Amino acid sequence: MDLDLYVPILAIGVLGAAFAFFSLAASWLSGPRRYNRARLDSYECGIEPTPQPIGGGRFQVKYFITAMLFIVFDIEIIFLYPFAVAFDSLGWFGLIEMGLFILTLVAAFAYVWRRGGLEWD
Amino acid sequence: MNEFIAPTVEYAELSPLLIVLGAAVVGVTLEAFLPRRGRHRIQVVFTLVALVAALLATGWVAAGLDEVEGASGRGLIAAEGAIAVDGPSVFMWGVLLVFSIISVMLFAERRIEGGVSAFAGQAAALPGTEAEREASRQGIEHTEVFPLVLFAIGGMLLFPASNDLLTMFIALEVLSLPLYLLCGLARRRRLISQEAAMKYFLLGAFSSAFFVYGIALVYGYAGSFTLADIHAAVDNNTGSTNLLLAGMGLIAVGLLFKVSAAPFHAWTPDVYQGAPTPVTGFMAACTKLAAFGALLRVFYVAFGGAQWDWRPMIWVVAALTMAIGAVVALTQSDIKRMLAYSSIAHAGFLLVGFAGAYGGDGITSLQSVLFYLAAYGFSTIGAFAVVMLVRDPGGEATHLSRWAGLGKTSPLVAGVFAFFMLAFAGIPLTSGFTSKWTVFSAAWAGGAWPLVLLAVGMSAVAAYFYVRVIVLMFFSDPVVDGPTVSVPSLFTSSALVVAVVATVVLGILPGPVLDLAQQAGAFVR
Amino acid sequence: MTEVLPADGVFGLSWLLVAVPAISAVVLLVGGRRTDRWGHLLGTAAPAFAFVLGVVLFVALLGRGEQERRVGQQLWTWFEVGGLRADFGLLLDPLSALFVLLITGVGSLIHVYSIGYMAHDARRRRFFGYLNLFIAAMLMLVLADNYLALFLGWEGVGLASYLLIGFWQHKNSAAVAAKKAFVVNRVGDMGMVLAIMLMFATFGSVTFEGVAAGIEDASGATQTALGLLLLLGACGKSAQVPLQSWLLDAMEGPTPVSALIHAATMVTAGVYLVVRSGFVYETTEVASTAVVLVGLVTLVVGAIIGCAKDDIKKVLAGSTMSQIGYMMLAAGLGPAGYAFAIFHLITHGFFKANLFLGAGSVMHSMHDDVDMRVYGGLSRLMPVTFVTFAMGYLAIIGFPGFAGFWSKDKVIEAAFADNIWIGIATILAAGVTAFYMTRLMLMTFLGDKRWKSDVHPHESPATMTIPLVVLAVASVLGGVLILGGWIGHFLEPSVGPEEHHDLPIPVLALTAIVTLTVAVGVFIAWRTYGTKEVPVTAPRGSVLTRAARADLYGDALNEAVLMRPGQWTTRWLVWFDNRGLDGGVNGLAALIGGTSGQVRRAQTGYVRSYALAMLGGALLVVVSLLAVTLA
Repeated sequence: MDLDLYVPILAIGVLGAAFAFFSLAASWLSGPRRYNRARLDSYECGIEPTPQPIGGGRFQVKYFITAMLFIVFDIEIIFLYPFAVAFDSLGWFGLIEMGLFILTLVAAFAYVWRRGGLEWD
Repeated sequence: MNEFIAPTVEYAELSPLLIVLGAAVVGVTLEAFLPRRGRHRIQVVFTLVALVAALLATGWVAAGLDEVEGASGRGLIAAEGAIAVDGPSVFMWGVLLVFSIISVMLFAERRIEGGVSAFAGQAAALPGTEAEREASRQGIEHTEVFPLVLFAIGGMLLFPASNDLLTMFIALEVLSLPLYLLCGLARRRRLISQEAAMKYFLLGAFSSAFFVYGIALVYGYAGSFTLADIHAAVDNNTGSTNLLLAGMGLIAVGLLFKVSAAPFHAWTPDVYQGAPTPVTGFMAACTKLAAFGALLRVFYVAFGGAQWDWRPMIWVVAALTMAIGAVVALTQSDIKRMLAYSSIAHAGFLLVGFAGAYGGDGITSLQSVLFYLAAYGFSTIGAFAVVMLVRDPGGEATHLSRWAGLGKTSPLVAGVFAFFMLAFAGIPLTSGFTSKWTVFSAAWAGGAWPLVLLAVGMSAVAAYFYVRVIVLMFFSDPVVDGPTVSVPSLFTSSALVVAVVATVVLGILPGPVLDLAQQAGAFVR
Repeated sequence: MTEVLPADGVFGLSWLLVAVPAISAVVLLVGGRRTDRWGHLLGTAAPAFAFVLGVVLFVALLGRGEQERRVGQQLWTWFEVGGLRADFGLLLDPLSALFVLLITGVGSLIHVYSIGYMAHDARRRRFFGYLNLFIAAMLMLVLADNYLALFLGWEGVGLASYLLIGFWQHKNSAAVAAKKAFVVNRVGDMGMVLAIMLMFATFGSVTFEGVAAGIEDASGATQTALGLLLLLGACGKSAQVPLQSWLLDAMEGPTPVSALIHAATMVTAGVYLVVRSGFVYETTEVASTAVVLVGLVTLVVGAIIGCAKDDIKKVLAGSTMSQIGYMMLAAGLGPAGYAFAIFHLITHGFFKANLFLGAGSVMHSMHDDVDMRVYGGLSRLMPVTFVTFAMGYLAIIGFPGFAGFWSKDKVIEAAFADNIWIGIATILAAGVTAFYMTRLMLMTFLGDKRWKSDVHPHESPATMTIPLVVLAVASVLGGVLILGGWIGHFLEPSVGPEEHHDLPIPVLALTAIVTLTVAVGVFIAWRTYGTKEVPVTAPRGSVLTRAARADLYGDALNEAVLMRPGQWTTRWLVWFDNRGLDGGVNGLAALIGGTSGQVRRAQTGYVRSYALAMLGGALLVVVSLLAVTLA
């Protein structure tokens, strides 16, 4: 079996794991251990974190819908970018196909919107 | 800089697929904008019209298929090598769409539940809460099932027609995801329904993982996703055989899971029991068809050259599946679970056909399996439609003891069900006989006679539990305050009529459908 | 065998033979209560019509030259796939013509009888529907020109028999008996299915012509396998050892059913199959010997069972097994025996139907009590039943001049010519037959009355007695078919010329020995039951008697050999499917995690174990694939 091809991949994997382990170990060894409330809070880009129920609580299921919606647009971008690159050679075919694709996404978006998926409460 | 070349897409040949998937998207839009009142009716009509249009388009495509030069099949490879529109694909499309139309008619049934459908009013409401009661008081219902089932049908159409493994995987997911959801939407016994959906989802995801891993390994072997290229690689024996075998095995696992073959069958009874009965019927007929189509295509088109490697594996799986399905069904006390095990046993019989001769003068295993799937689908949807009708105050009366003496209280419904049981048992003059016959003779012609011996034995065992139901219905005394048989609307009754007629006609005059299956010819590479 | 000619003239109507009873059955079963008032009339008219048509066709057949007596009619192609083609084709030849006359003739009489017998049954119309279904299927069976269409009729009669055995659904025993008949028959059917598969695989054809043409060139193993598989099918339908157990229980059905299906016609289908497939058995010594052995064992077993039963219908059922054993034996002897097998089959059809209907008439007047120990002295109260029954009795024991005398004698002769020991066994069995039939006769019609005070025996109505009279006449005169060797000659186009055999002793001497043995049997029975009081409760009896009462432990054997292992397998598989897997997984998980409480949470546990099973399966698949290449 010709597995030589996979040796570099294995090497990268090992390097990655070693780096992760090394940095964790380094910070654990070198860092000071002074804990206060701010340090124990969740990190939210420097903003005061939203109050959580006692014991950490669960994420609201509403986040899930938001995440799903995000994916809809995420996928749109994934396809839009290569389309833009090849726009010239695809011509009308590409334009119409992309229009149909976006329409499909709009249908999903419209469904979420009409069903109240965009309302938080 | 590389030049991009615009792909060509054969819109005309792919029209059945495009119609169904397009209708699904439009269905979602309708769902968004139509007022609640009247939405159900419009969705039903729209879905049925779309399916009929797709069926007509399929007929038109079938009429225009050209012979392939230098090969035995007819058809073409469309969409830049992604989809094979050949005889078997078109045959399966036609049968699938007919089954879908019947199933959607069952989905549309509202009369037996007293004006609401068999699906949960508000799936998001917790079972047994005030919110749930409020929803059913207002008569809220999920008409989303119709776009969902259209998506599933779209996936099923694509699945057996995919000409490369990636397309096949996409199709697998497109057909599976809506099904997971549909399984959890039962109006009655919601917990068991949600449990079924959860199990189906988790195990389905698990099997998809196997499937994808298999694809990856096969790609490693052949350097291509396209079935024809894999075939060439197998023929030229390039690369490592171990990689091919492992990949082939994992792909088989993913597909055998979908056809509910043992030892990948464990989900079937739970899911068949928990899912809303129209959905169960739809799955039993359509998913099985699509998955078998894909199984046959992958193994004949891509791995045909390695058939001496995979044939023993199929033999073992077929034997195991028949044995577990037929024997364990003997002790079931729930009618839906019994039908589930029966469906496992039938998967085993189909695999026997799959183990038969691919080429040759006689009936090929592809043709026999196609015919079997067509015949079995009608009876199975019909049987589940009858299960919908026999009801207790709390929903369907699925416990077998509740069916005792049904022949005395409702002879017509019991008679129809008994007829389907006889068809499953393979009694002559029903489609069950002709289809078993074709499958077994294909296997015999392919030299799989030990498997045929076992299959005949197992059909005798299976006949026993089918007859047990008939005995129970006709030769036992009715239970006190037994279940009532609801009078269904035109939808369910016409679906039942179609199922019965098809089961009779395919038993007495199977010629035309067999001819169609034969004309479907072989797969095109 | 002679060539098959296309159907012309009146033969073009032969499809009506099957179609008319079938349509009548559909009308009666689908028509529902609307047809209640005239259903039984339509149900009787259909087989009567078939009988008339059968007679017309028979006469037309006689009017043709000997080489033109095989007429085929292709109706439509059932299915055609690849090399396999199955037609709905009919074949009317001397063999099937005789069967058509027997089925429709006896069938019509039994329909007439049933009008009276079932008069008080609320579901009489349905009964006639099932009977018509049976007639149609049975005619399909004997008229088919290929094994697949024959199998259709085969399954059809099985279904009708099943429905009719369980007709009195309110009796649990009837439902159980119906199920048993169905299951045992399925075992036989497996033989048929496999035989047909084998034919298709070997000859590419399932027609009688096609198989007959190819059988000579097939390998010895194929010939033997084919013969044995067909024999298995025949054993199931004809209640031959080892598949005999269902017939005695089948007596739970209404008596006309026992007469028509479980005595005169359906149970003889196995004999028909063996005779029809004569070309197979002529090529294989092993299979034809097996047929003889099966016949021999069954004729002895049936006779022994018949001696010990107190249930009048079960005595007759045992005797049916035994008589079919005679036919089977004759059929196994090859061309020497075919004609005699069919001859005995026809005379048996007459006198056994006569006996069963007579028994039904007795039961009718005894409040459906079947225990002969509470009968006795009925001859004066039921003169017509008595006289007609006596005719049937004389015929079955082989009283000189009666139908059974001629036909049984011929079978015994053929057996003697083949092997002297087989011959002796058949003679002894004839003596035993005389014993148990005399016993039945004495216990039922003669001696003192032993019936209970609330029973008032009376003669049955005319619709029941007229068929009895007709059948009694046939039982007396059935022997005329053999005059001048007519039947053997007539059947020649179907089964080939009769082989003449040499007996070690003169024919007349043999006949005298048989008659003497029969007389001894009658005498012993008279000494035992005619001269002494018959006790109302059965005495304990000897070991053999008790064994015979228990059907010679046929059920116990089936249970030990087939049912128990089957149940164990089922239990084991179910356990494996439900719990074994989880148990194993749970144990494993408990070992690993040490948190068995968590494992008990059923929902996730189940999915987990399913997933584990899948993983195991996947490993199995991949490893087995790899193993194949490494091996």
